[in-house]
Amino acid sequence: MADQDSGPILKLSGVSKQFGAVTALDNIDMEVRKGEVVALVGDNGAGKSTLVKILAGVHAKTSGTIHFQDREVEIGTPGRALELGIATVFQDLALCENLDVVANLFLGQELGPWRLNEVEMEVRAWTLLEELAARIPSVREPIASLSGGQRQTVAIARSLLLDPQIIMLDEPTAALGVAQTAEVLNLIERVRDRGHGVILISHNMEDVRAVADRIVVLRLGQNNGVFGPDATQEELVSAITGASDNSVSRRAKARSAAAEPKEGVAT
Amino acid sequence: MSDTRKIDRADSRVREDTGLAGAARGFLDQVKSGDLGILPVILGLVVIAVVFTWLNPIFMRPQNLTNLLFDAAAVGLISLGVVFTLMLGEIDLSIGSMSGVASAILGVLWVNAGVPWPLAILAAMLAGAVTGFVYASLLNKFGMPSFVSTLSGLLALLGLQLYLLGNSGSINLPYQSFLIRFGQTMVMPGWLSYLVALLPGIVIFALGLQTRQRRADANLSVPAWSVLIVKAAGLTAILLIAVWYLNLGRGVPWMFLFFAVLVAGMEYVLTRTKFGRSIFAVGGNREAARRAGIKVERIRIYCFMICSTLAAMGGVLAASRLASASRQAGTGDVNLNAIAAAVIGGTSLFGGRGSAWSALLGVIVIQAISNGLTLLNLSSSLRYMILGAVLALAVIVDSLARQSRASNGRA
Ligand SMILES: Nc1ncnc2c1ncn2[C@@H]1O[C@H](COP(=O)(O)OP(=O)(O)OP(=O)(O)O)[C@@H](O)[C@H]1O
Ligand SMILES: [Mg+2]
Repeated sequence: MADQDSGPILKLSGVSKQFGAVTALDNIDMEVRKGEVVALVGDNGAGKSTLVKILAGVHAKTSGTIHFQDREVEIGTPGRALELGIATVFQDLALCENLDVVANLFLGQELGPWRLNEVEMEVRAWTLLEELAARIPSVREPIASLSGGQRQTVAIARSLLLDPQIIMLDEPTAALGVAQTAEVLNLIERVRDRGHGVILISHNMEDVRAVADRIVVLRLGQNNGVFGPDATQEELVSAITGASDNSVSRRAKARSAAAEPKEGVAT
Repeated sequence: MSDTRKIDRADSRVREDTGLAGAARGFLDQVKSGDLGILPVILGLVVIAVVFTWLNPIFMRPQNLTNLLFDAAAVGLISLGVVFTLMLGEIDLSIGSMSGVASAILGVLWVNAGVPWPLAILAAMLAGAVTGFVYASLLNKFGMPSFVSTLSGLLALLGLQLYLLGNSGSINLPYQSFLIRFGQTMVMPGWLSYLVALLPGIVIFALGLQTRQRRADANLSVPAWSVLIVKAAGLTAILLIAVWYLNLGRGVPWMFLFFAVLVAGMEYVLTRTKFGRSIFAVGGNREAARRAGIKVERIRIYCFMICSTLAAMGGVLAASRLASASRQAGTGDVNLNAIAAAVIGGTSLFGGRGSAWSALLGVIVIQAISNGLTLLNLSSSLRYMILGAVLALAVIVDSLARQSRASNGRA
C-alpha cells in the first residue's frame, strides 16, 4: 500500500494557526506519502477543517513550514493549491448555487476559455458523476435544486477533475446514502492505488478504519497521536477526547452495567 | 426518439420535454418557480403601448418610435455597463456623472482644443476605465462598499464635469460632423435594415444546428427541431415587422444598431466565455469562486472598468444626440434610468443573475415610458415621480422573484 521508500508528497512541520485570540492549530506535524490514505480525526472544533483550509490556500498559516514533493511551498491562494495538485472537498462544499452542475464542476477550469465547449464539459461531467454512482437527474439544473447528498457528490466529482496529487476530503460522506458512501470509499482506494495521497476527515470511525493507512488524531488544535488502522475503538476515542474516562466510555460502561444486574436478579 | 437512452436522460425521474409542448411546459415551470425571463418586459411593453397610444396617438407613430430608439441607445449603453457590476452584486451609482464627464471631455478636447473627435472619444473612454479601476481598487484594497465609493464618485465626477466645462457651462458640438449626424439623423438604408433583421434568426438557427450536431455526436439528448425553428422564425418575424414599421417613417437608427451589436457581443462574453462564467460565479458565491481558483479581485477590476467605460461611451452618444456637452448632461434621471433598465430587463440587484439583453429590453421599456410622458407634456417633476415608482416596482418584482426562486430551489 503506502510507498515507504520515497519521501512524503506532503509534509507539515510545526504548522500553527491563530484566529485572533483563538489558537486553532498549534505546532501540527503531519505527512502524507504516495499512495497513502491519512485519516484526520478529532472532536468538533479540533481544527481539522482549519488544517485543510491552510493546505487548500484558503487561510494563511501563522507559522510553520509545508513541503510539497520535497520543496518548501507557500500556498498563498486557492489557485496555487490547485496548481500544485492539491484538490479539496470542503465541509461547506463551496458551490455556486446559481450555476448548474456542469458549470460548478468546471468552475475555474472551463474547457475553451474564449468559446466554452459545453458539449465536451457535459459529457465529462456525466462520466465523472457515473464513477461516483451519483443520482443526479439532470446536470443542467442549478445547484440550488439539488439535495444535500447530490451537492456533496458534485463537490467530490469536482475535486477529481484535475487528477490531483493529493485530494483532501472534509467529511465527504456526511450526507451520503449507503451506495454513494461505498462508492466514495471505493474511489478513495482507487485514488490511492493510482499512487496519489488522500487526506480524509470523518467522524465515522468505521469508514476511517476501513480505508485509512494511518489515523492522525487532533485534539484542541494539537497532535494527539498517530494510529494504524488496527487501533481499537477505545484507543481512538480516548485519544480524540483526551481521557480514558470520557463520555463515550462512560456510556458504554453504563450500558453494560444496565445489562448485567438483570442476570444478577435472575440468580 | 431513438431507443438507446441518451447519457443525460438515463435517470427515469427526468421528464422528457420534447417538442413545442414540452418547451411550453418547461417555460411555465420556470415562470412559476420565479424565473420570469422576459415576461415582465413583454407585459410592460404591452401596457405601455396601449396606455400611451390611448392618451396620445402620436406615441405609436413610426417617427416617434425611431426617435425613441435614438434616445434609447445612449442610456442603453450605460445600462449595459451597469449590468456588469450588478452581476457581481455590486453597484455603480456614478454612471450618470461618468457619462456627463465623458461628454465634457469630448466637448473640451474636440471643440476647444481641436483634437480629432475619435481621439477625444478615446480619452473619454480612458477616463471611464480609470474611474472603474479606482472603484474596484477601493473595494479590493479597503473593502469599501461600491455603494459608498461610487456615491462619492458621483459627486467628484460631477465636480470634474463642472470644472471641465468652466464658466460657459455648455459647449456646442459641430452640427455637420459625422458624430452628430450619427447621433441625430443617420438611419440605415431600408434594404440593409431588412438584411440585418434577418441576421439574428439565421445565427440562432445556425448555432442551433451546430449544437444539435455536436450533442448528437456525443450521445447527448438533442433539443427538438420545432423549438429551434419557432424561436428563429418568431424572432425573425418580430424583427422584420419592427423594421418594416420603422421604415414607414425615418427608419432604423445606426446608433441603435451600434448599441444592439455591443449588447450581442457582451452577451457572448457573459454566457460563452470563461470570464463571463467567472462573473456569474463571483456574483453567486464569492467564497466558492475564490476557492475554485478564480481571481475575484481581478474580475472586479474588469467589471468595474467595463461599467465605467460603457458609461463614458453612453455619455459620448448622449452628447452627439444633443449636439452639445452641457452641465446637465448625465444628471437628473440618467443614473436611475440605466439601473432600472437593467433590473426591468431581468438582471438581479442581488448578483449572479442577469444578461446583456436585459439592458436592451429594459431600456426600451424605460425610454417608452419616458417618451410617452414627454408626449403628454408632463413636467419633469411628475416624470421623475413616475419613473421612481417604476424603478421601485421593478425592484419589488426582482425581490419577489428571488424569494420564489429560493423556495423553489432555483437559487
Ligand atoms: N474563520 C475563523 N475565524 C475564527 N475562528 C475560526 C475560524 N475558523 C475556525 N475557527 C475556530 O477554529 C477552531 C477549529 O475549527 P475547525 O473548523 O477547524 O474545527 P473542525 O475540527 O473542522 O470541527 P468540526 O468537526 O466541527 O468540523 C474552532 O474553535 C473555530 O471556532
Ligand atoms: Mg470541520
